[in-house]
Amino acid sequence: MTTTSTQRAAVDRLAPQRPAARKKRNWSMAGRIVLLLIASVLILGPVLWTLSTSLRPPAESFQLPPSFLPLNPDFSSYDQVFKQLNIMLLVLNSALVTGLIAVGQMFTAALAGYAFANLKFRGRGALFSIVLATMMVPAQVTIVPVFMLIRGIGLSDTLLALILPAIPTAFGTFLMRQYFLGLPSDLGEAAAIDGASPWRTFRSVYAPLAMPGMAIVGILAFNYHWNEFFRPLILTISEQNFTLPLGLVSLQGNLGTGSISVVLAGVILSMIPALVVFMFGQRALRDGLTAGTGK
Amino acid sequence: MSTATTGMSTKRRNGAAAKIETTRKQRQRWLPWAFLAPTILGMGLFTLVPIVASLVLAFFRWDIISAPSFVGFDNFAEVVQDPTVRVSFLNTIMFVVVAVALQLGLALALAIMVQEKLPAWLRVFFRSAFFFPLILSAASVSIFMRYLFNEQFGVVNWLLSFVGIPAVPWLTTPAGSAAVVILVYVWQNFGFSFLLFIGGLASIPTETYEAASIDGATGWRKHLHVTLPLLSPTTLVASVMAIINALQVFDQPYVLTRGGPGDSTRTAVMVIFESAFQRLEFGQASAIGVILTLIIMAITAAQFRLSKRFVFYQ
Repeated sequence: MTTTSTQRAAVDRLAPQRPAARKKRNWSMAGRIVLLLIASVLILGPVLWTLSTSLRPPAESFQLPPSFLPLNPDFSSYDQVFKQLNIMLLVLNSALVTGLIAVGQMFTAALAGYAFANLKFRGRGALFSIVLATMMVPAQVTIVPVFMLIRGIGLSDTLLALILPAIPTAFGTFLMRQYFLGLPSDLGEAAAIDGASPWRTFRSVYAPLAMPGMAIVGILAFNYHWNEFFRPLILTISEQNFTLPLGLVSLQGNLGTGSISVVLAGVILSMIPALVVFMFGQRALRDGLTAGTGK
Repeated sequence: MSTATTGMSTKRRNGAAAKIETTRKQRQRWLPWAFLAPTILGMGLFTLVPIVASLVLAFFRWDIISAPSFVGFDNFAEVVQDPTVRVSFLNTIMFVVVAVALQLGLALALAIMVQEKLPAWLRVFFRSAFFFPLILSAASVSIFMRYLFNEQFGVVNWLLSFVGIPAVPWLTTPAGSAAVVILVYVWQNFGFSFLLFIGGLASIPTETYEAASIDGATGWRKHLHVTLPLLSPTTLVASVMAIINALQVFDQPYVLTRGGPGDSTRTAVMVIFESAFQRLEFGQASAIGVILTLIIMAITAAQFRLSKRFVFYQ
């Protein structure tokens, strides 16, 4: 790799300095680690506090100094969550909504991404630009017409109202297009010469190869919609159609500041699926979040 | 796999090759549209139509119950004069400036610290830790943060008491609430910019640093003159995304403070939500939405213009 003029210019601007002593370097690394540790304590601390408070008897919720290690876990708050909140229903709703959106996004984005990457048709560039441009418009701006549309087609206060509008995905389409562009095109040519129809080429050659890309779309969709608050707040009315974040906020409202360990137990329960996805899909999530951000 | 497909094709080729060719061509004409149909129809129905409808609705007065009536620019005029709307937009701008500056600064500093020589397992640990809040829901984060910032019993004030700071009334004063909303938002979101910076730093060739250290550059001078200029494309992307996201903040102020005390943490999106779904003023809500969209587009365009002067591409 050659050094470009920008880099050289950047280097030239450096004033000549005597190299600092080697010993100093070890100290600076230690200092860095200490700072990074402080930052990670500030990040993870609140979550650990939430976990440990949910495992304490409600009477000790506000105990100071706070304990971070739940030495004698008390699961009564978790029992209470199940009694005060129909949490099974909330989990079921959230899982249904999130799962169907994720699967729907994986399929529709794969199809559209393939068309934009591998098929030639008139207006391809313009159409792709329109798809990308929709990412710029905040969801909050279109929520009023979406709400009315949902009412118009008789879906208001149903889970379908949350699912259907979330399936077409500009970002997922973009991601899948990038993924298909990265696959070798001679595979498709070979299949075509062998007489496979374009649909067959997609289904038997490209789609299986694009599974990792589809997984990224699915994991991203899961993470986003499992945590979604704004749309469910507007599009669902009755409690039997609430998703988890809505249920938790309503649980907090019912209890005021009374029994916080119950609220926090609910918060911890709601984190578990996201945590599982984080552990198994961390890499995919990271790649997906930062995909297409230049470089 | 290749032998199987070849076998199939020989059989086919024995037929009328020309006929197959023409039908395939015809099929190929509509085929892309079959692939695109679900996405295009869905987006048309749930995004493009609503965008247009929102624009149109902004010129009508409508409460769902009675028929909509055309009012021209009245909604815009009323919205611009409404003190609550004005305060909420000012709040949003203040929020964006402070939150984005904190988010980018923190993310950049931590990314540089993580990316420099560190044991691999520590690097993985720090990266995962900073990324972790991104997977949580803003609603549940806001719920537990509310307790941590409790004035009498909260852990934050308890910690501050060690450095001699008396209990801060976080959630009951305008300044305190604004600070909490910003802190909670940055806490949850800086990991995203952090990831972008990690990616950007990884793409700077190590030779550049070697050349710089031969020239005697050390410590922060190295970062000021090498890292920052070479990282400017990443910084542009990170700041555009951070600003667009921050302009749409809703979950945190809604759960933490419901916009209060007073209007101190009411944001633009909260006002859209309230005027549409609490006061049923759909026209006004749309007008606020249109203004917000225009602001987002103007800021994004300005950033790309400015970037021509400050961004170096390798």
